[in-house]
Amino acid sequence: MNIIFLLIGVSLVMALGFLAAFIWTVKSGQMEDDYTPSVRMLFDDAIIKKEEVEIKK
Amino acid sequence: MVKVEKKKVACFHCGDTIQNTHLTFEEKDFCCNGCQQVYEILSQNNLCEYYNLQDSPGTTRKNPVSKVKFNFLDDEQIKRQLIQYSDEKISRITFHIPTMHCSSCIWLLESLYKLERGVKSSRVDFLKKQLIISFDHNVLSLKSLVELLASIGYEPSLNLNDLEGKKKIETNNKLLYRVGVAGFCFGNIMLISFPEYFGLDAFSKSTFSYLFGYLNFFLALPTFLYSSSDYFISAYKSLKKRIINIDFPLALGILVMFVRSTYEIFSHTGLGYFDTLAGLVFFLLLGKWVQQRTIDTISFERDYKSYFPVAVSVISDNSETTVPVSNLKIGDRILIRNNEIIPADSILLKGDAQIDFSFVTGESVAIHKTLGELVYAGGRQTSGNLELEVCKHVSQSYLTQLWNSEQFSKESKSQMESFQTMVSKYFTFFLLGIAITSALFWLVQDPSKSLDAFTAVLIIACPCALALSSPFALGNAMRLLGRAKLYLKGPEVVEKMAKIKHIVFDKTGTLTDSSDAGVVFHGHELTTELNNYVYSICNQSVHPLSKKISSYLKQDSILIPVDEFSEIQGKGLSAKIAKNTIRLGSASYLGVKVNSATNDLASLVYIEFNQELLGFFEIKHAYRNHLTEVLNELSLERKLSLLSGDRDTEKVTMAKFFPQNSEMRFNQSPADKMLFIDQLRANGQTTAMIGDGLNDAGALKVADLGISVTENTAHFSPASDAIMDASVFENTGKFFKFANHTLLVIRLSFVISLMYNLVGLSFAVQGILSPLIAAILMPVSSISVIVFTTGMTTFFAMKNGIFTNSNK
Repeated sequence: MNIIFLLIGVSLVMALGFLAAFIWTVKSGQMEDDYTPSVRMLFDDAIIKKEEVEIKK
Repeated sequence: MVKVEKKKVACFHCGDTIQNTHLTFEEKDFCCNGCQQVYEILSQNNLCEYYNLQDSPGTTRKNPVSKVKFNFLDDEQIKRQLIQYSDEKISRITFHIPTMHCSSCIWLLESLYKLERGVKSSRVDFLKKQLIISFDHNVLSLKSLVELLASIGYEPSLNLNDLEGKKKIETNNKLLYRVGVAGFCFGNIMLISFPEYFGLDAFSKSTFSYLFGYLNFFLALPTFLYSSSDYFISAYKSLKKRIINIDFPLALGILVMFVRSTYEIFSHTGLGYFDTLAGLVFFLLLGKWVQQRTIDTISFERDYKSYFPVAVSVISDNSETTVPVSNLKIGDRILIRNNEIIPADSILLKGDAQIDFSFVTGESVAIHKTLGELVYAGGRQTSGNLELEVCKHVSQSYLTQLWNSEQFSKESKSQMESFQTMVSKYFTFFLLGIAITSALFWLVQDPSKSLDAFTAVLIIACPCALALSSPFALGNAMRLLGRAKLYLKGPEVVEKMAKIKHIVFDKTGTLTDSSDAGVVFHGHELTTELNNYVYSICNQSVHPLSKKISSYLKQDSILIPVDEFSEIQGKGLSAKIAKNTIRLGSASYLGVKVNSATNDLASLVYIEFNQELLGFFEIKHAYRNHLTEVLNELSLERKLSLLSGDRDTEKVTMAKFFPQNSEMRFNQSPADKMLFIDQLRANGQTTAMIGDGLNDAGALKVADLGISVTENTAHFSPASDAIMDASVFENTGKFFKFANHTLLVIRLSFVISLMYNLVGLSFAVQGILSPLIAAILMPVSSISVIVFTTGMTTFFAMKNGIFTNSNK
């Protein structure tokens, strides 16, 4: 049963990791603008394609 | 007459139908030089991806930007005030760009570095229409940066407000941290508490039970000390003011819970209520977060400063310098170009003044001013350049002095007591009463249980569900109304709406539509010559109907000299042009039979050419759709009034719309409007003002509820509690009804949460409240209240049909 001590420790550390991740997202401003990134992520493909065309030229 | 059917071609850049000028470039069609130039810039820089993301994503460039418009950006003082951060290499600035509207815009604005190497990076916040740019100021000046933006159709709006003290963007990050920490603690405490509830066997009990207890204690510490600290501060503050708000019983419950649980765990006498404590704080903070999430894409605090320009050209010794508006002195000669705003009351010295006061009064027809006349600040010049002499300081102008008057600056808005505050007062006394009674009862019966029962009552009756019902109901109602295009400043506005007893309307721009689409000509088609005649005659008159006709004909007519012009007040005009007699006016003036087929809400203006009747103009009063229905619906439970800055020419027509006992006042100055509302409020009537334009700003502010109506929410609208998109004006009645229903939902959910409290109390007073019961009851009551309030408000929104719109 002593394994439970270890498991509790591991689960707490993991949860602390998630908490740290959450605080980091708030700090980096991800909670302020929840619309633009959804549009922005769709651009990349097209831009890369165009640059490739330029290289080929 | 044979009409040449033009094939409709849309501009490749802006998507407008091409009318007069048709340009072709690289096999693409453009409506004007401006649009083509933007295309050329983009195609030279390989940025045509812009056109692939969205069809014709640009905005029309028909009104070119004047070359000297941004000269003021070379002024060191202005630059310093605008730029947010600057070191030796990089400057950072945030622009507000009103024309931003689609994904192509985001793409182009974030690709600026490809267009200009001085730009280091640019980032768009689409909902706020903001662009944050970092640029190398050694390579690119602020002025050229703004000119670059303007040249591709994204002219930033720069106004006085940007200069005067940068507002700190208030973020609710702190609250988010608190929610995060509380959520983390809540989850882990629940996890650790579970084994105890399901029962540990005798062997493991001794080992684990203590460990779990201590772990719970350490996990509860941050919840208690950090996440819930606001409740203690708020409770303390209100106690100091001798008020009991909802935070007092909450803070009391949290404190008692923490102390008792800590005692139980360290004395090994029980499990403690830490899971309930953490859950309670977590749900409460969630409620707070929901309440604080406001619509931050729309600014509700705009005053004249966000409307006035940053700088203006001053002429001294025949040379032109740019001076910040706030530094303008009396006696300065200023130069106002076409489409610029006059920043201070001044006297017209030179130029053809056609001034559009639509932002100030809501009236869209430009007003002509003669030389030497006083021109009030706030108007927009619409034809050619003007020279003016400033005769009042910007802050003392007719329009702006309203903001600086004493009445305006005092915070006269009543803090309407919300339903929640009212209930929580009684609730707290009731709660304390029960706690003390049960403590006394057990003191007599079985003293060992007395403290137990006392603390149990305070724990279980902690009004979590009660505190959640208002934020969730109001917050959801606010979001639903936002979707229906009535944007509220905050959730508490919904409650204010439900309590309104008197609604005051502004006329022009609010009840009437300011666009001039309502002119139709009936009869034989007028020849170009006749068009010119009618236009020239109407141009002589200041009557509203003449103005409507002349602005209708303006596009394809030219002015010609008019002889023997005469106007008979309230009847019509007569004049001679090239020996032809032309008469315009009402049916009785010309002695013709009234065309009964037309709507009686429209005015008819007949035309007679050399005593031959040619036909008539039908000028529809552009009242908002379903105005009668809206006013009728609203008048069922409220009184209505009308305030107008215009003369009382439309009194009779307006009286048809309003119920009999409504008050109507005309010729009202901005200060009169403000006073009228103040008097109503002094008489104890909770009053709402619905208006637009700067002349209503005072009234909107002093009213209990100010709603400003706007054609375009991105445009300027005066400070108010709510901003309504003009297209949904017909739903006003439904919005108010919905607000009433929301209040009903809150009341019902109060009943529900009180019932939960009664169940819990029945355990507590008997002294048999176990941590397990508390741990079940608390989340169940909170979640059911959240589900009930959100569900019911959505249901009522659908039932009232606040989303229906006949304009679409």
